[in-house]
Amino acid sequence: MRWRQAYWDENFIQDKKRYGEGPLIPYEDDFREIKIDLPENILRRSSTGLPDLPEIEVVRHFIRLSQMSYGVDTGPVPLGSCTMKYNPKIADFLTQSPAITDVHPLQDEDTVQGLLEIIYLTERWLSEIVGMDKCSFQPPAGAAGELSGAIMIKRYHHDKGQMRDEMLIPDSAHGSNPASAAMAGFKVIRIPTSYKGTVDLDALRSVVSDKTAGIMLTNPNTLGIFEEDILEISDIIHKTGGLLYYDGANLNGILGIARPGDMGFDIVHLNLHKTFSSPHGGGGPGGGVVCARGELVDYLPRPLIMKEGSRYYWDYNCERCIGRISAFYGNIIPVIRTFIYIASLSGRGLREAGEIAIINTNYFIKRLMEKPYYQLPYDPSRPRKHEVVFSAKKILQETGVSAEDISKALLDEGFHAPTMYFPLIVDEALMIEFTETESRDVLDQYAEALNRIAEVAYKDPSLVKSSPRNTSVRRLDYVRANHPKTLAPTKKFLDKIW
Amino acid sequence: MYHPWIPNSDPKIKEDMLRSLGASFEDLIRDIPEKIRLRRELEIGFGRPLSEHEVSIILEKILSKNVVFKDPPPFLGGGVCPHAVPYVVKYILMRGEFYTAYTPYQAEINQGLMQVLFEYQSMIADLYDVDVVNSSMYDVSTATAEAIRMMMRITRKRGVLVPEKMNPFIKKVVETWIWPVDGVLIRYKIDPAEGILILDKFSENEIGGLYLENPSFLGEIIEETDLLNDYVKKKKFIFIVNAEPLSLGLLKPPGEYGADIVVGNGSSLGLGMNYGGPSLGILGIKMREEFIRQLPGRLIGATKEVDGDKKGFAMILQTREQHIRRERATSNITTNSALEAVAAAVYLSYVGEKGLRRLGESIYQRTVYMKNRVEKDLVGKACINSERRFFFRELPIRFITRSYREIHRELLKRGIHGGLLLDNLMEGMVNTSLFCVTELHSRSHIDLLIKTLAEVA
Repeated sequence: MRWRQAYWDENFIQDKKRYGEGPLIPYEDDFREIKIDLPENILRRSSTGLPDLPEIEVVRHFIRLSQMSYGVDTGPVPLGSCTMKYNPKIADFLTQSPAITDVHPLQDEDTVQGLLEIIYLTERWLSEIVGMDKCSFQPPAGAAGELSGAIMIKRYHHDKGQMRDEMLIPDSAHGSNPASAAMAGFKVIRIPTSYKGTVDLDALRSVVSDKTAGIMLTNPNTLGIFEEDILEISDIIHKTGGLLYYDGANLNGILGIARPGDMGFDIVHLNLHKTFSSPHGGGGPGGGVVCARGELVDYLPRPLIMKEGSRYYWDYNCERCIGRISAFYGNIIPVIRTFIYIASLSGRGLREAGEIAIINTNYFIKRLMEKPYYQLPYDPSRPRKHEVVFSAKKILQETGVSAEDISKALLDEGFHAPTMYFPLIVDEALMIEFTETESRDVLDQYAEALNRIAEVAYKDPSLVKSSPRNTSVRRLDYVRANHPKTLAPTKKFLDKIW
Repeated sequence: MYHPWIPNSDPKIKEDMLRSLGASFEDLIRDIPEKIRLRRELEIGFGRPLSEHEVSIILEKILSKNVVFKDPPPFLGGGVCPHAVPYVVKYILMRGEFYTAYTPYQAEINQGLMQVLFEYQSMIADLYDVDVVNSSMYDVSTATAEAIRMMMRITRKRGVLVPEKMNPFIKKVVETWIWPVDGVLIRYKIDPAEGILILDKFSENEIGGLYLENPSFLGEIIEETDLLNDYVKKKKFIFIVNAEPLSLGLLKPPGEYGADIVVGNGSSLGLGMNYGGPSLGILGIKMREEFIRQLPGRLIGATKEVDGDKKGFAMILQTREQHIRRERATSNITTNSALEAVAAAVYLSYVGEKGLRRLGESIYQRTVYMKNRVEKDLVGKACINSERRFFFRELPIRFITRSYREIHRELLKRGIHGGLLLDNLMEGMVNTSLFCVTELHSRSHIDLLIKTLAEVA
């Protein structure tokens, strides 16, 4: 594909020429006669550095910058484990309702029955999808869901009077798993991946003990492989008194096909901004949901959404719960988007999404493997689920072109690159997840682009190494960006680097 | 079944793709044990896929059960208040290049997004008078929890002094986040005569920081900022200040009175209330090596092309973060509130320096007006439940003759949403309700509230 990204040499908005007095403030004149009687020593004397601009200049500045950005609306963003689905436009508009955006979080429950009903229905649906008894919407993102889960596990053992301070985590896990476990005060025990690409059962058996608090797993794992021994893993952990935590980042690979609750998991977190199509917003907001079953429901962060008769309410009752993980009820707009998504697809549609996500992955593998450039580590004969991890190690060894170079060359083709260098157990990893929302044509074009880049690497590696050329800027200097002498995290440090 | 969001669900294409794989769908899931395969349809949604039209009818019907308070807006406080959301902000946020982008891991294709986030970091740093601001936390409560955990890592001390009347929503969250690392909140109060009084027993050797809310949860403007600054410097505490961004066009920024770490609730910066979330947690620091190494969250920094002259931006100091440092990361945060940071940058650009100053003044004037009206027109029925003189945006009103619960119901009957009852949230705030007035409240709104209170209280 031929493309060229826009480039605007756009000054910082703070540095633009100043105009006027600022926007109209509602009812400002009503209060003009009231004096500002505050003592001098607490008043602001310094400049805020903000610009004063006419509205049109503000709009142009940010529209120009948007043209130097790239999202799912622009083209495929097949970042592995990120589940970058198409974000339905109906939800962009329906979530603008003042009955959502203009609602104060502390309004009387009688005045928010509509919102509570949607939250309640969505909670019931999500519990059904993952096979849990109850979900809390409190965590604002996946990692906060993980932290909730890890603290729940800690509390649970604490209440049982047990000192279990070891959390088992596979070496293929998302980095947020060990980070969350550590934040909850656990020692992280790394479980190696076997040659089959799944948890090494012998290694697992050798580390479980009465110190094991639990295991944090994602299934399918980050290699896109289903942990087929999951029932045995569940047995091993539960027998020793530990709990199973499910990282829902990869739920798209089993949507409507299998449920974490049926696999033996005790606590599950979900990412509404992945599986349920809420947009990523350039990094956030997300929607983390943490769900539990049985006794563990008592430990979920409060409040929980409840229904009595035809009335909906928040249950703050917290005898054993871990408390609150965020200030109010979590991120409500992603929750409403989830409601819209599930209502639009129904059970049948969600199953279809899960099936096509898997078919897309395996179809893409087949297309890419038509040429000999990329390797598929860990049992290539085995079908992948929602994502796949290739290695560009051979290309690096034979041409000097790295996974990063290949990623930058993909940008020149008008595509976003895959996740690179993750998981850490694969050298020169390119981790790819198309989700069910990309068409076959896109899969074909992406495979062809990757193979074409590899061909160029063998003919003229410097061409690949000097990419990207079609993006608004060429390859950036990350060393200077991170060097203490040139580090510039805000405008006031710019003279160190520019 | 075919669905337009799932292109390859077209039965013919699906079949073709499976044929080219030489497999049935069952073959692709052969490694999922029979025993755990779901053999039925999930019982979710409304029984079948619904069209856009049907979904919008259902959603609107359910949402019509909400009561929207627009004229007058709710007088509810508690750290979140109704504020204007400019259409410019809504419009920019709808740009798919921002809205549907991922974290800018591929810098070269996302320079625009990164410039906006860099502008956000710089604007907030100037607003609070600090040097570095990360590109967002989830909300002010988690920003505060992370700030306190950061203080604990830097000082290796587990105690932090917090105001006697700390925001109870933030407090609950902080307690959850510091429980695993044995953090302890110790209450203090500022006494005009005696200075800082520590109210709980705790060894001073184990205290590493002091946390201040300005304005306080009750809307009180803290006049003793210099006293606090001297105190924390003398005790060598890390000084964490939570300030409302909309107050900072008017009030002295925390960096100027010695804050080492600042936090804030960005929800007033053009985000809307959204029933509490998405929100925006502001987190910033003064530039010190051990602070920036311990700072959680994403940071955008300036750089240049390797072989060219163009200026650019990249994510920096990623070695602090979970995807690289794993269990040794400063935090687990991954997804944040980037879109809300974009909204805040657009909002602050739209409001501008003069606008923000006028807005701060105007909200202050309305608070004064409301206070005067309470003191003049509700004599014997209600009073301000605070010893302080100056308030910003929120006012704690204690009712004397009738239970606020009943008054609140009377207000609701008349289409007015009153304040937040503090009885169960805070000690010593008997029959007290926290009211909020912002730029959305007119003189006649406030007059109506006072008149109604005079009638029903």
